[in-house]
Amino acid sequence: MSTQISTGSFRATDKTAGAEDVGNIGEGLWSDVWRRFRHNPIALAGFYVVCLLVFMALFADFIANDKPYYLHYQGQSYFPIVRGYLVGTKLGHWPAELLNVDFKKLEGAKAFYPPIPYRPSNINLLEPLESPSSRHWFGTDKLGRDVAAGMIHGSRISLSIGFVAVGIAALIGIILGAVAGYFGSWTDLTISRLFEIMLSIPTFFLLITIAALLPPSIFLTMAIIGVTSWVGMARFTRNEFLRIRNLDYVTAAVALGVSDRKVMFKHILPNALAPVIVSVVFGVGGAILVESSLSFLGIGVPAELVTWGSILQEGSTTTFAWWLAVFPGFAIFITVLAYYLVGEGLREVLDPRLRGLR
Amino acid sequence: MISYLAQRLLLMIPTFIGITLIGFLIMRLAPGDPAELRAAGGLGAAAGAGISLAKRGAVDEAMAQWRAQYGLDKPLHVQYLVWLENLFTLKFGDSFKDSQPVWGKLTERLPVTIKLNLWSILIVYLVAIPLGIYSATHANSLGDQITTVLAFGLFAVPLVWAATMAIVFICGGDFYYLFPPGGIESLDFSNQWPLWKKIQDHAWHLFLPVVLLSYSGFAALSRYMRSSVLEVLGQDYVQVARAKGLQEKIVIFKHVLRNSLIPQITLLADLLPALIGGSVIIETIFSIPGLGQLGFESVLARDYPTVLALFTVTAVLTLIGILLSDLLLAVVDPRIAFGRRQQ
Repeated sequence: MSTQISTGSFRATDKTAGAEDVGNIGEGLWSDVWRRFRHNPIALAGFYVVCLLVFMALFADFIANDKPYYLHYQGQSYFPIVRGYLVGTKLGHWPAELLNVDFKKLEGAKAFYPPIPYRPSNINLLEPLESPSSRHWFGTDKLGRDVAAGMIHGSRISLSIGFVAVGIAALIGIILGAVAGYFGSWTDLTISRLFEIMLSIPTFFLLITIAALLPPSIFLTMAIIGVTSWVGMARFTRNEFLRIRNLDYVTAAVALGVSDRKVMFKHILPNALAPVIVSVVFGVGGAILVESSLSFLGIGVPAELVTWGSILQEGSTTTFAWWLAVFPGFAIFITVLAYYLVGEGLREVLDPRLRGLR
Repeated sequence: MISYLAQRLLLMIPTFIGITLIGFLIMRLAPGDPAELRAAGGLGAAAGAGISLAKRGAVDEAMAQWRAQYGLDKPLHVQYLVWLENLFTLKFGDSFKDSQPVWGKLTERLPVTIKLNLWSILIVYLVAIPLGIYSATHANSLGDQITTVLAFGLFAVPLVWAATMAIVFICGGDFYYLFPPGGIESLDFSNQWPLWKKIQDHAWHLFLPVVLLSYSGFAALSRYMRSSVLEVLGQDYVQVARAKGLQEKIVIFKHVLRNSLIPQITLLADLLPALIGGSVIIETIFSIPGLGQLGFESVLARDYPTVLALFTVTAVLTLIGILLSDLLLAVVDPRIAFGRRQQ
């Protein structure tokens, strides 16, 4: 993406930058941003936490699974987790002796399990509401499901909620903001009414209304969060477009007969993107917060799906089971904080007015 | 000023129509028929599917009658216009759930929510403004860095987590009993109590909900206040004030504070919808009989008239809040009404 933008235009407005902050000639914006970002330890810590979460979400099956990595049974060696994927994609099948078996009850088998040998769907009514122990690191819930396993797999939901919801919001926000800012006058006035409507509507109430009326589905929830949270990005985009629209290079492009769409998205957008990206990163954190509130209220996500918010909800009703409140809530907190720290770090390196202040 | 006011009011008309239209369409086009829900017992969204085919014939007639009674058999645009007309006369109709007038339900619960939110707004500003001033005047000091980190941390704390932790650890579970786990007054509350005891009881019940509702607000607002003060501090007139030998205290509190407070006024308009959303969560968790709890219960029960009334009332209140903060802004900063908006 737009790596060709020179830092020159940014540096022109930057009076306070020290000599060490001046980028190399010809260095792209994004490598410059990364170079500055790296020097902010707090933001970098946030970035690493996000990376860790992505890793956790991608490899959830290898961290918490009721199948072993490796199984030696009746003289044969198996890799059940990997095979599980093959079966899931119809590329493989379970051998007859392993079809629908509980791996932990196989006699005479040698098995090597993931650190958390449960899946969030493993109901064990013999161990309800157990406090944390070496068997269940974060305890179990009412149905005896392992909380740690639920949290590992729950990271997938919170991660995808963040990205999909904000993706939708960014798409709507950037297009509306760009149109409003670029065309100005009546178009701007009309679209600004739309902003005002969205700002006056109590978004969370709108959200629970829509989510409660539609059938519970994680994808619908993502879409609804996206559709109700684009206003911030739209306003940022609009303001940037209003500013950039009057710059000489845009006038030149228009004079050359470049089409409106091309001017908007090829010439203006790359320069308007910086503040928008910051609000996108903050938006991911916000969307995760909203989703946790929704699944806490039991709205929008199917009842059998274990999410951080749904574990937390159980914690609020079974008040002696403190582990149901502490761990999932802390996970949401750390995730949101990580996104906010990355967002703040990006804002500091992307906002020309702030450059060099710290 | 008058022309600015007229312009703002005129622009509010399409916004108002938009809000009511959105609310109305969402409620009416959503799957799930309130008549069917009512026939099935009415309570709980999930109950809708539980009716057997054999019983249907008898039920259908009652449902048709009931639809006619509430005007649900008319075309959508007629329903909307009727509803809009009733809105202006504050006739929100009867609740689908218990046939009580919606307006009565709203007014009954409004005071609790207003009390909760006014205290929260007060605390947000009382904490955020001094904190912001301190951070800005001590920019990049250790104290500033600590408040920055704290504000960021608080802002990321999920409300549902904070509330759950409070319920589990300090509201009489297995740990401490510092605050009541719910309600707005003690069970044995009576009007015969002396005033101080009543106040004490209310304060004891409201403390946690108010703190929980306001913490993310003052975390955010203190950051805005900080940058706003910093911006004003960099202006020439502040340097003039210092140069003529004024005490730093007077410079800050007399010259800087006024101008840096201006942007905070507009933030009130952003704060309101957030507080209403927070009320839904807090009132549900702490079983406080306010609008938020009513909203959540009505949504689950598909009580269309109540949800629609709540939606519209809160949106219109917020719209009025935005208008008021715009006008207030124009009053304290004459440049705004004069030269349209910035940019």
